[in-house]
Amino acid sequence: MTAIASAAQSSTGIRRAPIYADDVIRAFMIATIFWGVVAFAAGVYIALQLAFPVLNLGLEWTTFGRLRPVHTSAAIFAFGGNALLGTSFHVVQRTCRARLWGGDALSWFVFWGYQAFIVLAATGYVLGISQGKEYAEPEWYVDLWLTLVWVAYLLIFAGTLLKREEPHIYVANWFYLAFILTIAVLHIGNNLAVPVSWFGSKSYGAAAGVQDAMIQWWYGHNAVGFFLTAGFLGMMYYFIPKRAERPVYSYRLSIIHFWALIFLYIWAGPHHLHYTALPDWAQTLGMTFSIMLWMPSWGGMINGLMTLSGAWDKLRTDPGLRFSVTAVGFYGMSTFEGPVMSIKAVNSLSHYTDWTIGHVHSGALGWVAFIVFGALYYLVPFLWKKQDVWSPRLASWHFWISTMGIVLYITSMWVSGIMQGLMWRAYDELGFLQYSFVESVAAMHPFYVIRALGGLLFLTGALLMAYNFWRTIRQEEPARAVYATTPAE
Amino acid sequence: MTFRHATIEKNVILLAILTLITISIGGLVQIVPLFTIETTIERVDGVRPYTPLELLGRNIYVREGCYLCHSQQIRPFKDEIERYGHYSLAAESMYDHPFQWGSKRTGPDLARVGGKYSNVWHVAHLIEPRAVVPETVMPPYAFLADRALRYDDIAAHLRASRIVGVPYTDGMIEAAKADLEAQATQDGDSDALLKRYPKTVAGDFDGDPNRITEMDALVAYLQMLGTLVKFTDIRPEQLKQ
Repeated sequence: MTAIASAAQSSTGIRRAPIYADDVIRAFMIATIFWGVVAFAAGVYIALQLAFPVLNLGLEWTTFGRLRPVHTSAAIFAFGGNALLGTSFHVVQRTCRARLWGGDALSWFVFWGYQAFIVLAATGYVLGISQGKEYAEPEWYVDLWLTLVWVAYLLIFAGTLLKREEPHIYVANWFYLAFILTIAVLHIGNNLAVPVSWFGSKSYGAAAGVQDAMIQWWYGHNAVGFFLTAGFLGMMYYFIPKRAERPVYSYRLSIIHFWALIFLYIWAGPHHLHYTALPDWAQTLGMTFSIMLWMPSWGGMINGLMTLSGAWDKLRTDPGLRFSVTAVGFYGMSTFEGPVMSIKAVNSLSHYTDWTIGHVHSGALGWVAFIVFGALYYLVPFLWKKQDVWSPRLASWHFWISTMGIVLYITSMWVSGIMQGLMWRAYDELGFLQYSFVESVAAMHPFYVIRALGGLLFLTGALLMAYNFWRTIRQEEPARAVYATTPAE
Repeated sequence: MTFRHATIEKNVILLAILTLITISIGGLVQIVPLFTIETTIERVDGVRPYTPLELLGRNIYVREGCYLCHSQQIRPFKDEIERYGHYSLAAESMYDHPFQWGSKRTGPDLARVGGKYSNVWHVAHLIEPRAVVPETVMPPYAFLADRALRYDDIAAHLRASRIVGVPYTDGMIEAAKADLEAQATQDGDSDALLKRYPKTVAGDFDGDPNRITEMDALVAYLQMLGTLVKFTDIRPEQLKQ
């Protein structure tokens, strides 16, 4: 142990903190920013393709069909995934007062192994390698590789929890652990397949038709529930109290929130299959549990927001906290919208339309990306030992530009989605269908332009952030003396 | 003995096991019965495994991500039935690995597109969508017409499908290559093909009789979608799930 740590002990009386494995977390943060920009740029590009189809360029590698999985995988698994892995390594070390289990080599294997997974998956999509299941497009060999990396990740996380020096496992870690375990179960369950040959990329999935549909949306909805929710709630439970310098509002609520959320979420998948050939009993279960899910979701939102009690003034001065709190607000909004859309009568209108796309983005941009930005505005200066970000003013610009982008995105998709749904079911006075399908396509054009503009604003904000962090990391400034003495929470 | 949550909070293994139990229940209740309840798949006649050419066409459909803009699942609403045809049955996708029901209709549903347009229309539309439908935002797929279909490993595709439950017989696997060529060129033994795969439509799908292209395979697949079940012969109780 170093002299700094010993000095910390003598000067503050706090137990000596171990030297945490921070290099790998710094790498994850850079990867998060990089893949975030890639994901947003890909999203803007395919949004523009829908508004101006000439942008498909007539090349096989640049069609909407091949690039859409690049966008979704980059957003969910590359941007979101790197943020989750990186912050979980940060949080688990601090809250356990323990260095990452398994040594540096293992955590670097997880880092590079995960980047390799992303590159293998994305290059595959562009070249036409996809197993054709939404959010689970990678073929069998990529799936196997991810399984290996994920097991290593689980070992590091659980191993660090096991060797912790704090008696309790902090609430953020419950969520991270549930996320890691459940994603493993879902990933394996949804990707069972038989390859055509050992040297080819093509495989045939184990399940077919209606069973495959149920398994896919059991996976798909819980990619939302556990990857995009539980993991990021872990982030919320660490970074909001940390930044607000207030304890979590209610310990009891966090217990109820946790168990209710992970129990109920897994049932919600069939709401993606309303009025399909999936038997009614399964659809009804899916709808019922989706509505019940509203409660633990809002329990979590309340727990996050109320943590700010007595510290609301910080929102004026701390752009990072502003991102985190707005994220929780968007979380509350999309977890209300979701149960509404899972009601079969509403779903009969909203399903297959852009409303779903808007809903996903109020969650993905408003909740996921904003909670990540909040964590990054805290972590980047912290990990690179700077007092603050280079320009809080620029961070504030980032906040407002991104928020404007989200508002344009989701409102245009509400309008276009509801309009589509109504046009498809409209009858004229003679009792004929009033619109041909392609008329509904043509009617979407202005909204697709507005949506692309919203995406462009969001991307611009992210580029401002990346520049701000680049300047933050490079700025000359004495290291923070307090670094090694920061007690674990 | 009173329950204290702190017990769980202090034990990683216990926390992990309880979490796994909690997240397993919903999935088990919803997935397992779909395999065990026999009426999940309606008892209708006519659904058969894909012909070798249709299967490779379907693989192109999957590869290009068509499911991201086109559903293959008609819901039981008046407007959808008038627009697309009879609502979709579970039986109609029972050999679909993976299912391609989709979740978004940027373009129209394709569950019953088979036979609605000519081969010539499909080829022209896939090569340059806006030449046929000016308002469409679909990408062009002209490259499919230029590329020879790779089918030297077609038997391996049928074998892998059989492992996951598609009832391809030894005879089908043996004749896979011949069946594929017979369907795409009309030169082969189409009687044998029809016997193995009833209702198969053979033809020169892409308008180029000299070679078998990816366009041939994709159009063959599109033209069979939704054509296998004869709905006039079905009694309501057969559709009960």
